Amino acid sequence: MSATLQPLDITAIRRDFPLLSRVLNGKPVIYLDSAVSGQMPLCAIERMAKYERDEHTNVHRGVSTLSQEATDFYEAAREKVRRFLGAASVREIVWTRGTTEAINLVAQTFGRTVVKAGDELLVSAMEHHANIVPWQMLAQEKGATLKVIPITDDGELILESLDELITERTKLLAVTHVSNVLGTVNPVKEIIARAHARGVPVLVDGAQAVPHLKVDVQDLDADFYVFSGHKLSGPTGIGALYGKLAHLEAMPPWHGGGNMIRSVTWEKTTYMAAPGKFEAGTPPIAAAIGLGAALDYLGNLGLDRIAAQEHDLLVYATERLERIPGLRILGKARDKASVISFVVEGIHPHDMGSLLDGEGVVIRAGHHCAQPLMARYNVPATTRASFAYFNTREDIDVLVSAVEKAIELFK
Amino acid sequence: MTDPRELYQQVILEHNKKPRNFGKLDPCTHHAEGHNPLCGDQLELSLIVENGLVADIKFQGSGCAIDVASASLMTGIVKGKSVAEAEAMVAQFRGMVRGELDPATQAPLLGRLTLFSGVKDLPSRVKCAILPWATLHAALKGEEEASTE
Ligand SMILES: Cc1ncc(COP(=O)(O)O)c(C=O)c1O
Repeated sequence: MSATLQPLDITAIRRDFPLLSRVLNGKPVIYLDSAVSGQMPLCAIERMAKYERDEHTNVHRGVSTLSQEATDFYEAAREKVRRFLGAASVREIVWTRGTTEAINLVAQTFGRTVVKAGDELLVSAMEHHANIVPWQMLAQEKGATLKVIPITDDGELILESLDELITERTKLLAVTHVSNVLGTVNPVKEIIARAHARGVPVLVDGAQAVPHLKVDVQDLDADFYVFSGHKLSGPTGIGALYGKLAHLEAMPPWHGGGNMIRSVTWEKTTYMAAPGKFEAGTPPIAAAIGLGAALDYLGNLGLDRIAAQEHDLLVYATERLERIPGLRILGKARDKASVISFVVEGIHPHDMGSLLDGEGVVIRAGHHCAQPLMARYNVPATTRASFAYFNTREDIDVLVSAVEKAIELFK
Repeated sequence: MTDPRELYQQVILEHNKKPRNFGKLDPCTHHAEGHNPLCGDQLELSLIVENGLVADIKFQGSGCAIDVASASLMTGIVKGKSVAEAEAMVAQFRGMVRGELDPATQAPLLGRLTLFSGVKDLPSRVKCAILPWATLHAALKGEEEASTE
């Protein structure tokens, strides 16, 4: 990060997010829950509204000017995703409903093709259920086994274990780029290189990474990279799967229906080339266009400036929270994104969550769809604050005093 | 909505810190485990029912303050009551925290446990308060498991 970076104008940015000026339970909203879902800037909200108001139709349907226009906007958004991820070709970008659907797509097409009885799949101990359950289901169906890369107490992957964990039966390694609980930024480039050296393809769950750091799928050499629009200042219902073209071409289609076919007869149906063959049915068009607008917005702010602001918040919040007696932060990786999970001695995270909520502080309390990770740390749940580029140090001050107030109450 | 701090009254905080009837009865006549998948709250109830009366009851497990205090106060109030009365309390407690029964007039059996009525304003926490009662209901019916799902 360059020291000469012009910092973001947070005051101006906050005006782009109407929700930030809401009052909840008599308190101004302090939104520290971007890891659950990022807020959408007005420009993206308005772009979606404009589509629904003035442009609404379907895509890839016939010759009408309207349909062509919608198709152009929709495909332009795909190009924006391509550029955002640094993919070589727009044909490598498959629209999905989000991260979960993208992982299931890979499990059900690529996975079902390559995994046989006795084979192995490798995930890490810090995965979201979205990157566990589809592989478990596949392993169960095929009689394969799911193996787990362990982590240190600080929340870093134990990479030395890879040499042993990867065997000639390993068919895929699926790992999160950034942990949604611990904030750990995993060295995925190195992991991919090590997996590839053993002939193992890698899927990277980028849901929590893309909001915080610049991703270049070609530099990473990822086989698959998946994310959700709604964690990236975009709307819900849209996300993407990046897959190397050679993989996508070799994979069978998933859902059958309209849009994904080339021709249908009673005797034989042929399919579109990638990505079309994975995109059956009418897609969420407004959402795709809205995500495109959100990517433009982030691009204008500058990903490096976003990263700098979020890093400042992470450092400040870590420092302030660590000073609270009885509070323990889970996840002390050297490389972290702006996500802080913590537990407080004697206060269940759900009680903490309710009390913070009463102060207008929006955080997540729960198992974060990572129950095996909770078990690893022997906690039922954690309280998690996550910071975005529109947050301020003042937001963190409110969080800290609300936590202190809760501790005082429970004394 | 009320301020959540109003729910976390001294009684609840105190029972959370020093739960009554904590432990396990072995042997027991009735037993059930309760589980709240949302929170990860877990609760194990054991009872000795004699001549239609709850002669003794204990709970153990881990959960949030609402859950633990609810279990602690519940075990206190049902001890010595008839099974029929205990079931009536289950119904009143459920109705109260769901906002279906007026704590002032429609929950006569609950006594000071009406202090849980504020839970109705924290919908995400209603299940925490109900868990011990759902588990009690399961145990009395001879079921091994209760879930608030
Ligand atoms: C790391 C990670 N993976 C996957 C997901 C699932 O994303 P979605 O629910 O948008 O499909 C999430 C969302 O919480 C996540 O944080």
